Amino acid sequence: MTNTATTTPVQDSPASTRPDGAESDGRPLVELRHVDKHFGDLHVLKDINLTVSKGEVLVVLGPSGSGKSTMCRTINRLETIDSGTILIDGTPLPQEGRELTRLRAEVGMVFQQFNLFANKTIIDNVMLAPVKVRHVSKQDAHDEAMELLARVGVDSQAEKYPAQLSGGQQQRVAIARALAMHPKVMLFDEPTSALDPEMVNEVLDVMLELAGEGMTMICVTHEMGFARKAADRVVFMADGKILETGAPDDFFEHPRTERAKDFLSKIIDH
Amino acid sequence: MEAFLDLFREYDIPGAFWVNIQLTFWGAVISLLLGVILVMMRICPVSSLRGFATAYVEFFKNMPLTIIMVFMVLGMFGQLKLSFSDDFDINFFWLAVTGLALYTASFVCESLRSGINTVPMGQAEACRALGLSFWQSASQVILPQAFRGSVAPMGNTLIALIKNSTVAAAASVTTETSSVMSDMIEFHASQILQIFFIFALGYVILIIPIGLLTTYLSNRLAVRR
Ligand SMILES: Nc1ncnc2c1ncn2[C@@H]1O[C@H](COP(=O)(O)OP(=O)(O)O)[C@@H](O)[C@H]1O
Ligand SMILES: [Mg+2]
Repeated sequence: MTNTATTTPVQDSPASTRPDGAESDGRPLVELRHVDKHFGDLHVLKDINLTVSKGEVLVVLGPSGSGKSTMCRTINRLETIDSGTILIDGTPLPQEGRELTRLRAEVGMVFQQFNLFANKTIIDNVMLAPVKVRHVSKQDAHDEAMELLARVGVDSQAEKYPAQLSGGQQQRVAIARALAMHPKVMLFDEPTSALDPEMVNEVLDVMLELAGEGMTMICVTHEMGFARKAADRVVFMADGKILETGAPDDFFEHPRTERAKDFLSKIIDH
Repeated sequence: MEAFLDLFREYDIPGAFWVNIQLTFWGAVISLLLGVILVMMRICPVSSLRGFATAYVEFFKNMPLTIIMVFMVLGMFGQLKLSFSDDFDINFFWLAVTGLALYTASFVCESLRSGINTVPMGQAEACRALGLSFWQSASQVILPQAFRGSVAPMGNTLIALIKNSTVAAAASVTTETSSVMSDMIEFHASQILQIFFIFALGYVILIIPIGLLTTYLSNRLAVRR
C-alpha cells in the first residue's frame, strides 16, 4: 500500500497503542486525498487528506458547520466530491451503479437521527440489508440479527417498531443494523447528540466495545471521555480544513492552534 | 308513489350504478399501477425518466377529462383503430376505463408524491448507506411509508374518480348513471326532482363511506416516528 504520509504531513502520526491492547496493523482502509467539496459558493471541504488504518479509531472534532458531517458522508458517497480521491481498502469509490452499492455496504454508517426504517420492526430493520444486498438466507439473517441485537442489549424489543423504543435503544439498533453487513469500517456522525443525557452512555458503551474488538471507526463526537478512552487519534476540523491531528491526550492537553484552544475551552466549560 | 316505483321498474337504476362502480374499480386498479410507476420515475436517478413523468402528470392533470374521453373514442378507436372487443358496449367500456385511468394516474402520482414528502430524507440515506439499490429502497422503505402518508389524498382521488366515471358518457358508455338519468328526465320530465333525488342519494351512499374509511385509515396507518 502506498504511504501517503510523505505527501500529506498533517496525518502522519503513527497509530498509537490503545489502553485495551488492540492495535491497528497499519494497512490504510480509508484514504482521502486532496478532497474538495463545495455547496454552491460555500467551500465546505478544503484539500482534505486523511488516512485511517485498519483497526484504528479516529475521533473527529470541530465546531458546528466545520464540515465533519460532510466529510463522513463523502466516505460512502452520500455526498459527491468536486475533486480528489477517496479509497476504501485500496479501491477508489465508484461513481455509481452496482460497484458503488457494493462498496457502500462495506462502510457502515450511524446517523445522529438514528434513521431506523419506521415501517419495519427492529428485527426487520437489521435483517433487511443482509437479505436484500448480501443475499443471506432469511434464517441465517434472522439468527445473526438476534445475536447482534443481544450484543447491543435490545433483543427483547425485536418485534417492536422503532417509535416504540427509546432514543438510546434506537441508536443501538442502528449500530446493530450497520454491523449486520460486516462493514470494514464504521462511520458515526454525532451518534449521541440527539439523545437525552441519561442515554448517552449506553450508546458509548457499545461503541467502546466495538473499538475494543478492533473495528475500524471514524467517529464525529464531542464526547471527550470516549475520545480519551477509545481514540487512537483525534482530528480537529474548522472551516472545512483539518487543522490538527494527534493522540487524544496530546490534543486535549496541548492544542496548538487558536481555533482548537478556543473550541476546547467551549466544550469543557459547561 | 306508484309513479316513483315505476321509474325503478322501467329503468335499471342499480344496474346503472353498477356500471359506474365497475368503471371506477378498473380505473382505480389501472391508475394505481400507472401512478406508482410514474411516481417512481419522478424520484428515480435517471433524469430522462423524471422528465417524462413530470410531462405526463402536467399534461393529464391539466387536460379536461371530457376531451380525453372523446379522444379515446374518436382518436384511439375511430382513427387509430384501437379496439378492445367486437362488442361495442364492451369496447366503449374499456376505452372509457383507459381514459379514466390515464387521467387519474396523474392525480395518483401527485398524491403519492405528497406521501413521499412525509418520509424524512434520512430514511433514503439509511437505505443508500446500507447498499440497497434504488428499487429496493423504494419498494421496501420509501413507498410503503409514502402509501401510508398519502391515504387522505388517495381517498380524495378515489372520490373524484367515482364522480368522473359519469364522464364515460362522453365515451359512448350509455348504460352508466348520467346517461340513464338524462334518458329518464327526457321521458319523465314531470318527475325531474324525484329523478335527481334518486341519483344524488345514490352517489352520497357510495361516497360517504369512502370519506369515513379514508379518515379512519389515515389515522390508523399513520407512520409513527
Ligand atoms: N446539503 C447542503 N446544502 C448546502 N449546504 C450544506 C449542506 N449540508 C451542509 N451544508 C453546509 O456545509 C457546511 C458544513 O456542514 P456540516 O458538514 O454539516 O458541518 P458539521 O457536521 O461539522 O456541523 C455548513 O456550513 C452547512 O451549512
Ligand atoms: Mg454535523
